[in-house]
Amino acid sequence: MSEFLYLYRGGEDGRTPERLQQMMQKWMTWLKDLAAKGHIKDQGQPLERRGKLVTGRQKTVTDGPFAEAKDVVGGYTLIEARDLEQAVELSKGCPIFELDGAVEVRPVQTLNL
Amino acid sequence: MELSEHLFRRESGRMVAALTRIFGVHNLTLAEDVVQEAFCRAVEVWKFRGVPENPSAWLMATAKNCALDALRRERTARTFAPELGRLLQSEWTLAPAVQQLFGPNEIKDDLLRMMFSCCNPRVSEEAQVALVLHILCGFSVDEIAGAFVSSHAAVEKRITRAKKLLAKSRRLFDVSAPADFSARLPAVHTALYLLFNEGYHGASAESAVRADLCREAMRLTSLLLEHPLGATPTTYALAALMSLNAARLPARVDTSGQLNTLVDQDRSQWDRNLVSEGLKLLERSACGSEISDYHVEAAIAAVHADARRIEDTDWRKIVSLYDMLMTIHPSPIVALNRAIAVAQSEGPERGLEEIGAIDHRDRLARYPFYSAAMGELELRLGRRDAARRHFEEALALARNPMERRFLDQRVAACA
Repeated sequence: MSEFLYLYRGGEDGRTPERLQQMMQKWMTWLKDLAAKGHIKDQGQPLERRGKLVTGRQKTVTDGPFAEAKDVVGGYTLIEARDLEQAVELSKGCPIFELDGAVEVRPVQTLNL
Repeated sequence: MELSEHLFRRESGRMVAALTRIFGVHNLTLAEDVVQEAFCRAVEVWKFRGVPENPSAWLMATAKNCALDALRRERTARTFAPELGRLLQSEWTLAPAVQQLFGPNEIKDDLLRMMFSCCNPRVSEEAQVALVLHILCGFSVDEIAGAFVSSHAAVEKRITRAKKLLAKSRRLFDVSAPADFSARLPAVHTALYLLFNEGYHGASAESAVRADLCREAMRLTSLLLEHPLGATPTTYALAALMSLNAARLPARVDTSGQLNTLVDQDRSQWDRNLVSEGLKLLERSACGSEISDYHVEAAIAAVHADARRIEDTDWRKIVSLYDMLMTIHPSPIVALNRAIAVAQSEGPERGLEEIGAIDHRDRLARYPFYSAAMGELELRLGRRDAARRHFEEALALARNPMERRFLDQRVAACA
């Protein structure tokens, strides 16, 4: 098994209360299902959409946003999968796609001695 | 922890009402934005960490914090609720004042304040109902359009207009002034009654949507009953009528979406708890000198609830109650229902006579169940051709697939 990080980008949208509740329930069902199948290494955390950006040699501090709204990372999950292909397959159940968001699937680098 | 169904929608009304009280009614949009922000936060956090022990309290606390942020951010650019004045200006009083305004009793009053504000006589009754559904029940424009079988654009226009009017009214309705309260109460009753009826008789084909509307109307009516000025005999009568009618909902539309008339309903499916709740409310409504249409309608519903089989129905009593309703509030639709009751007690021939004698019958021309009632009575008299013509007329007026299917079957029954 290898580890992969899901980065959730965008997919936040002005929605009605009923729709928001449905979306959340879909997220919880999806994550629960991944956990039941033993794919969750760390459920992860939500990230606030605001913060600071520190850049360059000058260590210039600027306010977020760090990217366009549709690309802002809103959270992450650390998962376990056989290979990148499976990790990608598993990500397709994420409800974020209904709101035109994206899941970035990144293999965690391992040190093989 | 599982979330109860429609929790967000319900909490939305409480949060918008509380925030509007703090921000002032002219900042209604800001209140709605802040509520949206609180929901988004909840979704972001809960989907990773699970739903907290007390989701309502969590949402309310989040709304409060978002409100504090907004108050600090905007206090130089905007004025907030005039009656709160300086409390919100100074950092010393801001947090304690907001804290207090989020107390549970305050929020109950906020909901009433908002309910009474939405039932502004300058807003059409149709728009009042849409506004109540939107602001207090958290229904989106699409959900309202679906429930009323209306277009998104039409509902949006109606709500936007009404909101603008509300925002211009300077302050929310004062529910602590008895004279004003009593003067506005009938309008509130009407809006809640219309909301309930939209669910009960309305055009939406989805039984879930209908049940939702009825439940919301009942929830808001019981809120009214919790207020000393709101708990009048008429409010009790309205609540009774809702409970007694809602008790029949499970049998009215079956699981396959089939519409069943009172005659054909499987009465074992009636909700007995709602019936006894309704009867209790009806008893409590009988303490004043005033008899409203709601009293009479509830009494009619109680007669039906009392009959275990359709044959056991006391139709004479129902006719006399409709007679009473015709003196309080005559309308072609009441007259039609009265005629149907006459037909049940004195035969179809008499029923048709009564229908023929309805004043302003032309106002029923677009109502499918007017022709359908005549079709039914003709059919009972064995006059199949006349019956079929009436049912075909009704079919042409059907408002949704459920009604169409029902009337199709009635046409077929004439063959």
